[in-house]
Amino acid sequence: MTAFLSIRNLSISLQNGERILRSVNMELARGEVRGLVGESGAGKSMIGKAILGILPRALKIDEGEILFQGKNLLNLNPRELRKEIGANAALIPQDPLTALNPSHRIGRQITNRLVDILGWSKGDAVKRTYDLLDEVRIPDPKRVINSFPHELSGGMRQRILIASAFAAEPKLIIADEPTTALDVTVQKQILNLIGEMQSRHGTTLLFVTHDLGVVSKVCQSLSVLFLGKVIEDTNVFSFFDSPTHPYSKALLAATPKYTDPESDLIPVSEEILNSVKEEVVQLDLEWSNGR
Amino acid sequence: MPILKRLFIRILSIAVTLIGVSIIVFVVIRVVPGNPISMMLPPGASDDDILRLKTLYGFDKSIIEQFFIWISGVLSGDFGTSISLRQPVLSLVLGRLPATLELSLLALLIACILGGTLSLLGTRLRETKIEGIIDGINGIAMSIPDFLWGLIFILLFGVMWPIFHISGRISPFLDIDYSTQFYLMESILRFDLKVFTDLLAHMLMPAVALSIPLAAIISQLLKQSLKETMHLDYVTLSRTKGYSENHVILKEALPNAVLPTLTLVGVQFTFLIGGTVIIERLFSYEGLGNMAIDAVINRDLPLIQGIVILFALIFTVVNLLVDLTYTLLNPKLRDG
Repeated sequence: MTAFLSIRNLSISLQNGERILRSVNMELARGEVRGLVGESGAGKSMIGKAILGILPRALKIDEGEILFQGKNLLNLNPRELRKEIGANAALIPQDPLTALNPSHRIGRQITNRLVDILGWSKGDAVKRTYDLLDEVRIPDPKRVINSFPHELSGGMRQRILIASAFAAEPKLIIADEPTTALDVTVQKQILNLIGEMQSRHGTTLLFVTHDLGVVSKVCQSLSVLFLGKVIEDTNVFSFFDSPTHPYSKALLAATPKYTDPESDLIPVSEEILNSVKEEVVQLDLEWSNGR
Repeated sequence: MPILKRLFIRILSIAVTLIGVSIIVFVVIRVVPGNPISMMLPPGASDDDILRLKTLYGFDKSIIEQFFIWISGVLSGDFGTSISLRQPVLSLVLGRLPATLELSLLALLIACILGGTLSLLGTRLRETKIEGIIDGINGIAMSIPDFLWGLIFILLFGVMWPIFHISGRISPFLDIDYSTQFYLMESILRFDLKVFTDLLAHMLMPAVALSIPLAAIISQLLKQSLKETMHLDYVTLSRTKGYSENHVILKEALPNAVLPTLTLVGVQFTFLIGGTVIIERLFSYEGLGNMAIDAVINRDLPLIQGIVILFALIFTVVNLLVDLTYTLLNPKLRDG
């Protein structure tokens, strides 16, 4: 049986040939919450964007498959892809301050997919919006629905984006660093909210983040990405207990200890970084020879 | 109510601008060489005759005295009498105003349609050859001034293929008894197709000539603004909702991209009105601009003053309207 979402040998590069993703493999079961971890520039957001079909134009997919419910998304034409993603997947974006259209009222930004794409009646969509706002614990939903984004706080806006993502009961949600742009105090609430919504709706969730602490709270499994290459693919328990890759070990060691604030931060050693880099250089050499 | 307060301040500043403009124009046209008296009298007129006419028109008084006589008249609605046409300036100017307003508004409409279409097309087909072609068209359109476009049109569609009329506002044989001077508007309201097409046949060439440089600016700016907006997160998010490229451009990006363009269109529109002076002359169109040139040639000081003040009023009111529209369209400013 094929997995619910499986990414096979996905390679993405810039127009100039610089590789962004190097033969990435990943499998998600139905209802799984997987963390996608990596430092900035590791290419973790690009995986989410490739799935949703919103890769920047400067990037091209060299090879690979993205099988979503058995269908290879990369074989679909743009119209089919839009339909598939619009009906079955959703994105919780990184920055709630820029992810809502400043010209449109909140209500419309939640109902539009339901009405325009999925053909709901306006009344049903509005009713659903009230339920959702209640679910994400937004007080005074009537006022919020008629507000413009600039009238709401960042935390409120992220709640709205979460509500909007769950609106059409998508089977897959990609959360692209949904807490990075928020205050620390709000971060925790939003994180709990996403976890709660996920378990209530049984949605499969791909959680892109650079924060291992977040992963340990929300996720069941994780993929560690470094230089566009998956170097660790395991469940959360075995990762935090016994990471196998030296980079993973170093990452865990580098996590600041709140119990001992005096201790020095331990950076990932040059040696490990260089060994992965060498590995990557070797990989790219084989890649370019194979073409 | 902050919006009312803002409106009040703007209207006050319009008044200050108009006073400034009237002082400057009053002084300048009296300081430059050439005066209406010498235009009226045959060469070799006696000093006596000159003095008599000067006294008649009040030019024997000092400039300051003349100004106060004129401005107190203006404030009570009397702009003086045209020297060359021997009619009250106010009725002369108001009689020509509708023709110029209709011409410039038609030009603005055409500019918005042309510029908007080009920019949307360029955004839809961005990073293709078509975008390059559109940029090229914009460049050419922007670098050729309106009166040159006028000449090109006269040659092409007035002389080589005479589709349009090359002079006037309306054919003289059309006997119309409209209640206003806004012929184009009134012909639409009356469903008077015959007059409407005749007006268009006269107005289209000057209006398009006026509109082309503005259309190019709108197209360039709106396209740039759209391109930047297309990269923003809310646009990307709406793509993941299943919306097509066309929807994303028109419904998500355009409402936000249009705002910065709007201010510029307001400023450029005042330039366009300034452009009517030469275009009206070129097409012998009976508007304010044409009258302004005659007034200058005849050194008709009261008429020049009246026309300049009216132009200044139009400019300031247009700016005010742009400001208000901007406030209405931008939800962030609406309540503030």
